[in-house]
Amino acid sequence: MRRPEGPPRRRIPPSGLAIAFGAASILVALFLVLPVFVVIPVSFSGSSFLEFPPRSLSLRWYREYFNSHTWIDSTVNSAKVGVLTSVLATVVGTGAALAIQRARFRLRSMLTGLILSPMILPHIVLAISIYAVFARLKLIGSIWGLVAVYTVLATPFVYLNVSAALQSLEPALEQAAMSLGATRWRALWHVTLPLIRPGIVSGALLAMIFAFDEVVIALFISGTTAVTLPKTMWDGIRTEINPTIAAVSSFLIMAYVGLLAAASAVRARAIARRGGRGTADD
Amino acid sequence: MATELAIRAAPVRRPWETGWGWLLLPCLALLAGIFIVPLLQLGATSVTQPEPGWGNYVRAITTPVYWRVFATTFNVAAGVTLVCLLLGYPLAYVLTTARGHWAAVLWAAVLIPFWTSLLVRTYAWMVILGRRGIVNQTLMALGLREVPLDLLFNRFSVTVGMVHILLPFMVLCLYAAMRGIDRGLLLAAENLGARPIQAFVRIFVPLSLPGVVSGSLIVFITALGFYITPALLGGRRDVMIALLIDDYVSQLFNWGMGAALAFLLLAVTLVVFLLANRILGFDTIMGARRDETT
Repeated sequence: MRRPEGPPRRRIPPSGLAIAFGAASILVALFLVLPVFVVIPVSFSGSSFLEFPPRSLSLRWYREYFNSHTWIDSTVNSAKVGVLTSVLATVVGTGAALAIQRARFRLRSMLTGLILSPMILPHIVLAISIYAVFARLKLIGSIWGLVAVYTVLATPFVYLNVSAALQSLEPALEQAAMSLGATRWRALWHVTLPLIRPGIVSGALLAMIFAFDEVVIALFISGTTAVTLPKTMWDGIRTEINPTIAAVSSFLIMAYVGLLAAASAVRARAIARRGGRGTADD
Repeated sequence: MATELAIRAAPVRRPWETGWGWLLLPCLALLAGIFIVPLLQLGATSVTQPEPGWGNYVRAITTPVYWRVFATTFNVAAGVTLVCLLLGYPLAYVLTTARGHWAAVLWAAVLIPFWTSLLVRTYAWMVILGRRGIVNQTLMALGLREVPLDLLFNRFSVTVGMVHILLPFMVLCLYAAMRGIDRGLLLAAENLGARPIQAFVRIFVPLSLPGVVSGSLIVFITALGFYITPALLGGRRDVMIALLIDDYVSQLFNWGMGAALAFLLLAVTLVVFLLANRILGFDTIMGARRDETT
């Protein structure tokens, strides 16, 4: 409790190894980040094929995006799917985490394995098996069909985050609330859930990003009436590689960087609060 | 009031614990309907179409064409895993020691791609490696090449694209393992006369092995079933298993063979996972720390 950072680190004079690793890590970091930002200058290109650096600048690919029903509709669809999946996966995953943590199941580790198993299943395998079932149930091209599949795939993210938060929770707090007369559900709602909120929020965020971004399942079951943004991008990349994709991509990158900043702000606040509580305990 | 308090605070936790199990129900219902039933049905398809029996599996295992696809898939996945490990290890190591702005910059480098759309990143590699891409433009501007290099649609571009997507997972796994290593052990070794490199190789590396195994496992398993990157950056000569499954189902409408290949992929994935599970334990792999006492 007193050492959230682990064992104390002493200043060690940089050895040859440390210098080599430092240099390598800078190169690897550049390899990771540069491709992401390469897309942004291309999106402002004035020509209709990919060139870098762009010879003329324009906003025509952004105009293309905003004037196209296909692009706008699929963006709206993806936003819907992302939000609905996030809400459902958060409820289902938090429930599962509470259940696994607190109920006495005989096959607990098997149940945990079952809940997490969608994480290791190759998406192409799930995609074709769902396609076969949904085609018969006339669920191809349904937003709710997509949301159902994404909820199954995103629940493990919520489950892992909420379980981790529950484990670091002090059980006495909830018991104290109940000993003061709160019912179990009241204690859960007013004590436990607010305390594990950082875990819930990061799980919900992961679920939303996942659903907003997923391609393989969408290729098979989005049909023509629930086309998502990744599906439209996929079609665009396969047929005509023009900088509209770059404009959309730049948008997404900025949105993700914004979300990342928001998420790290949430985490920083949580850490600050936990730190504050720690000193109060001492 | 006092008695009530005493009763509630009693060590018997039974009444507090009943009922929680019901919260698992929505999760299990979804898993059954959207996960287990479709997979069982796919399994049934693989042994009933076009005719009942194990014909599809026998054909998949005995035909050299399929063997080649499985071999390609394995090679690409292994190559990607190895490159991820080589690139990820130093970065994860530095992440555990870096402080302040330096650490923030490196973390951003890991997390920004992690959160960025997979399609966007694959597209970015098309921009970089294409015939009019950044690499070729630079080479030609410098006068190093007359004709553009073919950097796209081959095994090189598939590997680069997949490494870029999977490297953050590797780094996060390695970091989780390295963070728990007591650096005092390295100092102790050096005090006893080991050179820093010796201390690193003989103490730090063995202690980081759980992270190496779990990171490699996650990268390898994901790479085995990868569809998007091979489809967009790969050539026709490096068809991976996910593409073959898709071809059978959506081009040839041969559901029996597609389903059989899908189940073989699933079986290989499970075998790899269970092997690692034997070595490490499920929770270490999934990054979930479970408290056995609760």
